[in-house]
Amino acid sequence: MLVGESGSGKTTALRLLAGLLDPAEGRIEVDGETYFDSARRLSVAASKRSIGYVAQDYALFPHLGVLENVAFGLRAARVSAAAARKRAAALLERFGIPGLWARKPDQLSGGQQQRVALARALAVDPRLLLLDEPLAALDLATRRVVRAELIRLLAELPCTTIYVTHSPAEALIFGHHVAVLENGRVRQSGARDELLRHPRSAYVAEFLGLNLFRGVVTSRTEDGLARVAVDGGELYLAEDAKEGDEVHIVVDPREVVLSIERPQGSARNVFFGPIEELAPEPPLGDRLRVTVASRPALIAEVTRAAASAMALAPGRMAYASFKATGARAYR
Amino acid sequence: MTRAAAIAAGALLLLLLGIPIASLILRVPAASLAARMSEPAIQEALRLSLVTTLASTLIIVLLGTPVAYVLATRSFPGKRVVETVIDLPMVLPPTVAGLALLLAFGRAGFVGRALGIELPFTTLAVILAQVFMSAPFFIAPARAGFSGVDRRLVDAAATLRASEGYTFARVVLPLTLPSLTAGAAMACARALGEFGATITFAGNLPGVTQTMPLAVYVAFQSDLEAAIVLSVLLMILSFGLLLGLRAATGRMGSASSLVSPIAR
Repeated sequence: MLVGESGSGKTTALRLLAGLLDPAEGRIEVDGETYFDSARRLSVAASKRSIGYVAQDYALFPHLGVLENVAFGLRAARVSAAAARKRAAALLERFGIPGLWARKPDQLSGGQQQRVALARALAVDPRLLLLDEPLAALDLATRRVVRAELIRLLAELPCTTIYVTHSPAEALIFGHHVAVLENGRVRQSGARDELLRHPRSAYVAEFLGLNLFRGVVTSRTEDGLARVAVDGGELYLAEDAKEGDEVHIVVDPREVVLSIERPQGSARNVFFGPIEELAPEPPLGDRLRVTVASRPALIAEVTRAAASAMALAPGRMAYASFKATGARAYR
Repeated sequence: MTRAAAIAAGALLLLLLGIPIASLILRVPAASLAARMSEPAIQEALRLSLVTTLASTLIIVLLGTPVAYVLATRSFPGKRVVETVIDLPMVLPPTVAGLALLLAFGRAGFVGRALGIELPFTTLAVILAQVFMSAPFFIAPARAGFSGVDRRLVDAAATLRASEGYTFARVVLPLTLPSLTAGAAMACARALGEFGATITFAGNLPGVTQTMPLAVYVAFQSDLEAAIVLSVLLMILSFGLLLGLRAATGRMGSASSLVSPIAR
């Protein structure tokens, strides 16, 4: 899973891998096979690499029918017409596109086009599959349905898949291993849960939708908490950081509790401020991300039910709180 | 106001183009047309024109397609100069082209002497003159067609293990067919009407180098009726060619706009 904002170099990375573009220097190796090595002046042509590539707009051949599109790679590899058609038909059947074989791509829905493009790339058994924003070309309503199907299809694939997206949510749902790209460089890469727990930069944290603070431990309380001065306020952490330590603090929005009345519980970190924004969290369906302009500002994630019970709305004053144990700090 | 002006300008231009054509058609000797058409001299000119035009169009398509493809997809030093040289015959006076051909392929010409061949005053010279004058009319639209092919489709073909040749045959060529057909028809029509370069380079030998336009010119000086018959024939051929082209590209054009969701 390669995630980054537009212009961060996601598509370029895929084109480099596919061999549609050559880097100035470096080495590209897939599954033990070297495809590019500037030191050896080696560059294997795109057509000789075992890499499947599904472009953002799918790039289906407009003059060929669905079956011919899927059979294209096999025919190019001199597989007999009958065998190529048989294999293409089997793939289309598996991808849930039976009976549209003579149709031209422009007669298909966006979701169908995507599956045909996927089948076309997989027909030649690539070792590595590259997907460039596979959901971007779809309208919102289709995206929801197609996303679920795509998760199922990708889980069944025998080959490694690199999935490029600008959406952190998509990255977190699909990705087992996530790399965050910024300005052409990988800022951080690792297992999804590792990134969520330990984002190493404000960019990664913000991008993945976590609360990230940077601060200095000012003192320790009698009950063993670290008091940390952050930009705009003060936090309490159940961490054994020493006075003067510089720390990064991550608070998962799901750890932040919202309330209209002052919370009575044991939460040590309580902040008060106007609600700035309520944003639906589409991938998770029934949740909302609520930004509270307290000092410091906090993002909380609540269910829609809870939000409507509290009548949360922009401008309404609310308490945002989390336990000292709800914040994770690391140096 | 502007609409009235546009209509007036349109009507004037239509009259300017239409009246000469109409005058020609009105002067056709209806009674003796059939007899005139079967005259050996006219038949000969017609046959020669059709054969040479067909041959030169074929040569232009075969040689011009790779040239147009390279010009559309590659860049190399001196490309502008090459492009200008290819376009030059479009604006060059045909007699100048004929003279240049004569100096190159004539008995005392550069290539003629080197290879010991003599082209002038042969049918081959007629074809060569037509190729020289008409090639740009094919190359320009062909090149535009190749440039218009979505790079992403070519890339997709490459990631599907297709060689460049396979991609050309199965992706690029089918998508460019309307442009190539249009270019071939334009070149064909231009070759059919070729006069200046032909008469300068190939001469005016009945049955060998005297194509229809040349025959019109000769007949005009002695037998006006024969000239009119030839002219009308030529006009009908050209009209049919252009009309067919329009019908064909119209059909393919609408089809190709249907099948280009990629070009959003």
